[in-house]
Amino acid sequence: MVAKKGSRGGAAGEDAGEELSRDPLQAILLADSFATLFRPITLERPKVLLPLVNAPMIEYTLAWLESAGVEEVFVFCCAHSKQVIEYLENSNWLNQPKFSVSTIESYNAMSAGDALRLIYEKNVVHGDFILVTGDTVSNMPLTQALKEHKERKKRDSNAVMTMIIKQSKPSPITHQSRLGTEELFMAIDPKTKELLYYEDKADTSKGTLTLDRTMLLDRSSISLHNDKQDCYIDICSPEVLSLFTDNFDYQHLRRHFVKGLLVDDLMGYKIFTHEIHSSYAARVENYRSYDTISKDIIQRWTYPLVPDIQFLQNSLTKLERRGTYRASESESAEFHVTDVGLSRSAKMGPFTVIGSRTTIGKHSEVSNSVIGEDCVIGSNVSIDGCYIWNKVNIEDGCRLKHAIVCDGVTMKSGAVLEAGVVLSFKVIIGQNFVVPAYSKVSLLQQPVRQDSDEELEYADNSSGNIEITSVPNTTDVLEELNTEVGGAGFIWSVGEKGLEEEWRHSVAPISADRLLEIIKSATDELDTSNEESNILPPSGELGIDSDNESDDGRDDHAHFEKEVEATFLRAIHENVEEDHIIIEVNSLRLSYNMASTDCAGALFYAMMKYAVDTPHDSAGELLKITNGVIGKWEKLLKYYLPSLDEEIEVILKFEEMCLESTKEYANLFSQILHLLYDKDILQEDGILRWESEKEQADESDKVFVKKAEKFLQVVAQGGIGRRRLRVGRVGNAFLLVDSLGAMEIELDLLNEDLIGFSCFP
Amino acid sequence: MPDVHSLVNEFVIKLQKRQIEGSKTTAKLTAELLRSFISQLRLPHSNQAGALIDAVKEVGEKLITAKPVELAVGNVVRRVLHIIREEDLSITNAAVGGLNLASESDDDDGNDEYDHPVLSASAVAAAARSALRPPSLQTLLDDMPHSAANPHTSSSGGDSEGKSKSADSLRRKLKHDVIEAVNELIQEISTCHEQIAEQAVEHIHHNEVILTLGSSQTVKEFLLAAKEKNRSFRVFVAEGAPRYQGHAFAKELASSGLQTTVITDSAVFAMISHVNMVIVGAHAVMANGGVIAPVGLNMVALAAKRHAVPFVVLAGVHKLCPLYPHNPEVLLNELKSPSELLDFGEFSDCLDFGSGSGSPLIHVVNPAFDYVPPDLVSLFITDTGGHNPSYIYRLIADFYSPDDLVVRRKSAS
Repeated sequence: MVAKKGSRGGAAGEDAGEELSRDPLQAILLADSFATLFRPITLERPKVLLPLVNAPMIEYTLAWLESAGVEEVFVFCCAHSKQVIEYLENSNWLNQPKFSVSTIESYNAMSAGDALRLIYEKNVVHGDFILVTGDTVSNMPLTQALKEHKERKKRDSNAVMTMIIKQSKPSPITHQSRLGTEELFMAIDPKTKELLYYEDKADTSKGTLTLDRTMLLDRSSISLHNDKQDCYIDICSPEVLSLFTDNFDYQHLRRHFVKGLLVDDLMGYKIFTHEIHSSYAARVENYRSYDTISKDIIQRWTYPLVPDIQFLQNSLTKLERRGTYRASESESAEFHVTDVGLSRSAKMGPFTVIGSRTTIGKHSEVSNSVIGEDCVIGSNVSIDGCYIWNKVNIEDGCRLKHAIVCDGVTMKSGAVLEAGVVLSFKVIIGQNFVVPAYSKVSLLQQPVRQDSDEELEYADNSSGNIEITSVPNTTDVLEELNTEVGGAGFIWSVGEKGLEEEWRHSVAPISADRLLEIIKSATDELDTSNEESNILPPSGELGIDSDNESDDGRDDHAHFEKEVEATFLRAIHENVEEDHIIIEVNSLRLSYNMASTDCAGALFYAMMKYAVDTPHDSAGELLKITNGVIGKWEKLLKYYLPSLDEEIEVILKFEEMCLESTKEYANLFSQILHLLYDKDILQEDGILRWESEKEQADESDKVFVKKAEKFLQVVAQGGIGRRRLRVGRVGNAFLLVDSLGAMEIELDLLNEDLIGFSCFP
Repeated sequence: MPDVHSLVNEFVIKLQKRQIEGSKTTAKLTAELLRSFISQLRLPHSNQAGALIDAVKEVGEKLITAKPVELAVGNVVRRVLHIIREEDLSITNAAVGGLNLASESDDDDGNDEYDHPVLSASAVAAAARSALRPPSLQTLLDDMPHSAANPHTSSSGGDSEGKSKSADSLRRKLKHDVIEAVNELIQEISTCHEQIAEQAVEHIHHNEVILTLGSSQTVKEFLLAAKEKNRSFRVFVAEGAPRYQGHAFAKELASSGLQTTVITDSAVFAMISHVNMVIVGAHAVMANGGVIAPVGLNMVALAAKRHAVPFVVLAGVHKLCPLYPHNPEVLLNELKSPSELLDFGEFSDCLDFGSGSGSPLIHVVNPAFDYVPPDLVSLFITDTGGHNPSYIYRLIADFYSPDDLVVRRKSAS
């Protein structure tokens, strides 16, 4: 596939050239992430210039754009714009034939939205363009996606954007992707590939997603994915720029723009997706993705953008056994002598990249790591899973595990970096100093302001210069500890989210303890849900038993109802917790041999009884009280309503009450039914099933069906506009609580085995 | 000049980015690039051949390092260097003759012996090649032909105006002849398929079963040539994992009316007893007669050996590499993207570095090439005919000058 790309890419380039004879294929490259996830490193150097497997990230992006047939690239520089421009000027990119790179500089853009508005003002983009950030690593051919985009555009002028996605399964334990981003939920029309729903900040604890029902109005099916990764590569029509200008509050590309377009049905703009299979695309968003993408590069998923193939700026590197790359200087006189000064007793583990002119001392061990150029590594050093940049000096006996070490850092002998440490530029770690896990050390002090994550790197750049001067006279915990042993630097305090979030995005793999913790809390949840489902089967068996004993069954039933009522009243007066009521009712059920439907009925009866017993003057007041009671005990009631049977039982019970014991409710029947429906206690299906059951009944029995006629019609039509589909999550599976069942909904499930799927009709 | 350099750079980038695939295309493009490079090169008055060789070597080194795994680049560079040496030698011979003639003409004593027109070296070489005799024994005997011969011309060139004039014409002649010879080389590369295919009838007979693996343009034309001559035979195509080019290949063969059977690579041993001959293409042929070939061919060769089925390798002469496989310059392999083997998305949960020790538990290796040692090869069919593996070194001596074997080290020093 990739191999064929060469010839195909060439031919495609010509095709594209013919098609776009007026407009060359343009790309906008945002050389600023407008985020602070790479701090403190990004205070001193823009993210796009950070080395990724010994080549600046922007190299990967530009090399890919060039090979994908893009002819004109606008590099939007904001934070550290001077550095980016200087870098580009010193590279070959500015004078490539058939590939023009120009820079757009800005000092006050605060977000991707601002950047695009500025580009719109410059009026340089004329046709469809590719929108990427400077930290994208990809080898995908754009031809196919572009063609699809153009064809769609021809048919439907509202198709303004094509988003590139790739399959990638999120971790079932941590609910984050392998790139360290939150689990992403997307609803896609399987036929047209239109994106209908995009949620990257779903609340995993709640376990439900709400989708707009209108999504299903004009399509037969939608598929809901949680196993797709957003590559942050977008093919946009020129309208996108003007959309940003029109909506001046759009800042974030995804959070505002994409979600904004999806929600806004006035303009009717549509976003489509293009899934790539064999080619690679990913974006370095945080330290975790830095680690993951580095490893993908070393494992050659990004071929031909791999260390042993020279794509312009990187030095010649040879691939050796077990995925180890070692740089060799082609210019040196004796070409077969590699420039890496590796001691004979030094051990190179698998998947390691070592840059040129780096020396490694005796008995040192390096594995799963990337080491840059001109580094000096002493003897008996152990390096595992680290990213060591250029000109780093590591003295004897240091131990490093899963850390990022920036340019010019010195580690004195015996220093230890625990997992997840980030050492920014020129930090010095003193002798035998142990840097605690997940800490970030920089020569610059942490800015006092704790801004939201919207804030950009650049805002601090201006103040960064001032802070450098203030370094010597400030003391910090680390400096105090460090100065005795000759260190320099500040440990940054972790952000507001604290350590809790730090492990998610760190370079270090999530520790086994942490994983166990998460699994434990997840299984706790599961246990409760299992409990629920465990209750169901015995009740079924018991139901048969109770049929046999129908003689005294009626008697039992009345007793049971009384007991439940008493329990409920006691609960109200003594403020008993819901869980306790559940346990008590369950034990009552077992002792009276009742089915779960009976529990629901009895409990509902108790509630309504309590409501009607509360003193009131008018029917309106009664309705209010009922509303309050049901609102308060909603959860309890829902617990006993896991399936349709229970719901029908509740309605039947209610009907019975209205006819016999508490006639006061008779006139409020429709309203209360509506209320229960509103509170999601009753589902459409339940109500409709009740209606159909009643159809065969006597005319006299249909009194209440007629009373609720109007409401039933509304329900039958598929609910009112605000009615939503609910997608519940049980363990790793999604459970779709679709009320009508008329529409087929495809779910991409992580696990085939569905827990608690029994309640689906 | 600058445009030549930009041409060279462009080509280097294309090679680096793996945008040029296939030995034949690469070889042809390299030869064409070198032709335009030579034609635009301004040569000094003295020691032209030396200068030309150095310049070509410099460019050649760039091209070779751009994609070391594509040996055809180095082969063509060496061929061109050899051509320059040959042309230079023939001109020098002629010039020495010419000078002698000039000095003797003072005595007004015309000597017919030197009057014959200067033979084009390529013609000489071609004649020599057809006779399968070293093209220039003198080159081999003479350690440094240009260093020995050229000072002579240049010193004599400075002697008199008339002589310098003749040197000037000779200079133009050298460049002209070299370009002529390179043109011939390009011609040779582009017609190599037909040349090889011409021999098909001698090798494929009625009712035979031929096995091949993957896809090769050379093999396709070879088979189709036999088909055109109304030979009826069957072809087994092993699919050639992981790129499965065998599928497309089988389709092409079938659409040309050949009886084709597709088998998996792993079924080769099972099917080999039905097969009369294995015919495959190669990536490169090394000096010892070993073959660098698409991955999976070693297995096929072993199976063929076991069942005593002839294993025939088709290779244009541009694939003939004067290096031995143990040479450190020879990169025997290139590891391609693992996505050819398996779907990244499906395996993404195994590639999650966020848990465990952080080291990948799955490693996918996707080498592009295999090495088939010479004792497993029965016959090479090149554009110059069929050869035994043990004869390859002789062919190499015909096409390459031993001085050019190491292109890189010479220019670096």
